Amino acid sequence: MKTFKITFKLYLQLTLLIYSVLVSFFQSSFAEPKGEDLYLENCAICHGTDGQGGMGIPISLDDFLKSASEDYIKKTIRLGRPNRIMPSFYWMPESDINKIVSYLGSWRKSPAPIWDSKPVKGDQLAGELVYKNKCASCHSENGRGGKGSGLHFSRSNGMIITPPALNNQGLLNSAPDAMLHYIISNGRKDTPMPSASTLGLSKTDINDLVSYIRSFHLKSIIHKPLYSEEPASLIQESPYSFDETVENVKRAITGSNFVHIRDQALTSGFDIETKDSPRQTIIYFCNFSFLYDALKIDPRVGMFLPCRITVTEQQDKVLMMSINPKHLSQLFNNDALDESCDQMYEVYSGILEDASL
Amino acid sequence: MKLILRKFALLLGLLGLIISSNSYSVVTGEMIMVRSAEAFPETMSLLQEAIRHQGYQLSRVQRVDVGLSAKGYATDKYRVVFFGKGNEIQQISAKYPQLIPYLPLKIAIFAEDDNTILISANPSTYNDLFNIPELKPTFDKWFIDITKIMKSVQIQN
Repeated sequence: MKTFKITFKLYLQLTLLIYSVLVSFFQSSFAEPKGEDLYLENCAICHGTDGQGGMGIPISLDDFLKSASEDYIKKTIRLGRPNRIMPSFYWMPESDINKIVSYLGSWRKSPAPIWDSKPVKGDQLAGELVYKNKCASCHSENGRGGKGSGLHFSRSNGMIITPPALNNQGLLNSAPDAMLHYIISNGRKDTPMPSASTLGLSKTDINDLVSYIRSFHLKSIIHKPLYSEEPASLIQESPYSFDETVENVKRAITGSNFVHIRDQALTSGFDIETKDSPRQTIIYFCNFSFLYDALKIDPRVGMFLPCRITVTEQQDKVLMMSINPKHLSQLFNNDALDESCDQMYEVYSGILEDASL
Repeated sequence: MKLILRKFALLLGLLGLIISSNSYSVVTGEMIMVRSAEAFPETMSLLQEAIRHQGYQLSRVQRVDVGLSAKGYATDKYRVVFFGKGNEIQQISAKYPQLIPYLPLKIAIFAEDDNTILISANPSTYNDLFNIPELKPTFDKWFIDITKIMKSVQIQN
């Protein structure tokens, strides 16, 4: 009888536990997601869990929030920043965007601004001159912005925050003139952006600058053509034997100012029998200066590191192959990185060509 | 009675797994990305453990930061972790050599202040990239497994 009581008690406890687990599961599965959850799910990877910034800009910064209206944030989420890392959340339901905006509102120390949509009247040509003298050193010519991602923690880039691209159509479609005017007038505390008074700008200069920045605004967002025709891998047949090809590749790597790091079999490091496998040698190489610059521009590029060319024997053919950086550049939504990917494409193609001459 | 208790335990385990898999999400698309609130060394240990737990073998860790530092470039911790299933990689690479540049699987892991970021390519995009119907289940499984690995690193925070 005693055993039965203990068993029954245990059974009851387990049933209650399962019930509570089930209730919590169904609540979590079918409840509407909260703004915080949506933020953590979609934004925190780049902007940090508390908005402190990372690959993305620090959006919990008081001076950022002072200038960012709810409408600006909504449009920014929807449009992203084409070719500047921040993706477009075109697929996100309006209600979810509103929840994120509302969650960001909990970080505000003052009410969200509401900007007038009226254009600021200024002299565009005069603004161009002011821009060249006062703004271009950080924001680059024609408003291209600084190279790199939001904050630079570990890969020094001269400035802690990458100056934004003022010619970006995502920005220009989200920020009204009044907002640009406010930012230029007040600067942004805790960032390298100085105020107009620090820069010695008059009220007319500010209006002219806004007018010049607005001149970058196009009627529609032009999406650059993707390398959709580019194959995922670069593959070239070698007229030489397997061993000769490996040596040729190494020689071509050195000739391209890259350092040969090591060779290894594709399955090296795995506990498997390889005697019947086709011969496959991976040749790793690097140019540290190039690597450092690429990581400064976009730390995500590491997922295709290190540089490597594989030589393999397939049905009496010797093949050399690598990733295709031009194809991969499409993944990053980062114009600045495209230049590096184009350079790497030239390097890879050159090595493959040299090794097969 | 023992059998009933065992079934309960199994059910609880399954429910726990379902709930934990709904607790957090990783950013997916062309890439799978996750932020860990732990520092780099702890996250690296968790990642390696998660890879093994998911049934994969670690083949190598590329210490990108060490190479950069040795050449005089200031950088925080940055590593690339290679992993896979040896036999699977052997078979796929022999039959479909065009996939070799993307093998073994890898996750880039780097420090960002006192957080750690993990990034991997999304293998399910290889379906469109390589158009090999026979490998669709494999690519989809890699996607699920990498997502689980990433999530488990995040969940333990």
